[in-house]
Amino acid sequence: MTTRIGVITFPGSLDDRDAQRAVRMAGAEPVALWHGDHDLQGVDAVILPGGFSYGDYLRAGAIAAVSPIMTELKDAAGKGMPILGICNGFQMLVEAHLLPGGLIRNAHQQFIRRDQLLTVENADTAWTHQFSKGQEITIPLKNADGGYIADAETLARVEGEGLVTFRYAGVNPNGSLDDIAGLTNPAGNVVGLMPHPEHAIEPGFGPDTPVAMRSGVDGLAFFTSAVQALQAV
Amino acid sequence: MPTIVVEVMPKAELLDPQGKAVAGALARLGKSEFTDVRIGKRFELTVDGPITDATRATVQQIADDILSNAVIEDVVAIHYPEGSEA
Repeated sequence: MTTRIGVITFPGSLDDRDAQRAVRMAGAEPVALWHGDHDLQGVDAVILPGGFSYGDYLRAGAIAAVSPIMTELKDAAGKGMPILGICNGFQMLVEAHLLPGGLIRNAHQQFIRRDQLLTVENADTAWTHQFSKGQEITIPLKNADGGYIADAETLARVEGEGLVTFRYAGVNPNGSLDDIAGLTNPAGNVVGLMPHPEHAIEPGFGPDTPVAMRSGVDGLAFFTSAVQALQAV
Repeated sequence: MPTIVVEVMPKAELLDPQGKAVAGALARLGKSEFTDVRIGKRFELTVDGPITDATRATVQQIADDILSNAVIEDVVAIHYPEGSEA
């Protein structure tokens, strides 16, 4: 049976179509979901896409985190459904308390767009098991509120339990504590990160690599990891 | 109609990039007596009807769960209009 992966569209989502395309290129069927519904349409996994839901009013991701569909999403997260939050989606996951900590304005106050080198720290999650621990990947980063923060106790727990999934390598672009770029929950089914793997899935449209311009496809393994994990069940 | 004011500030121990940018601007303007600036939020909630104990409980819950994120912010004050004391 074809794996079905839902992508929730919120008012102000930008990268929902890109995420749907990434799902298709990973061999699964993308399913468009709507923030205002109380219905996940029986999908096997969910992606919260990037963008500026509700104009980043109140706090980035805060109003989306109390959307109708988040009731069903939180329930599914607790039952082990693979959920990936990208950029604004990561902000929603921390606002919904599905991942620990918070995300604030970049330390230098500026929007960033760059091809970002990351180190894979946890290759045991539903979305990262096709990577290896310590592997370096290049994924586009583009945000204004990407500074990861947490109090000392939370940070110690996140580090101690191995929840840090990605760290910025080479340069810390936004002041994130411990260079944290992405996190998982202890069960490994919920993953969130600021960079955009759905923008690095197809030769000709990805980040530059030493081989050729725009040839980077390091993001595809996020989606094929989830598909493989779901088909193995 | 009565208005309730909720004030939220970024936690003191965490970086406040916006406040830091304003502090930098003040320093450049020669206003060197100000050593720090922090920027918070003020919410004005207008109520249709009298403020009851239930209203106060709801305001506290909204302030804690929606208007602020306890990971990064503190609710520093909730002001009720004069004459509405329970």
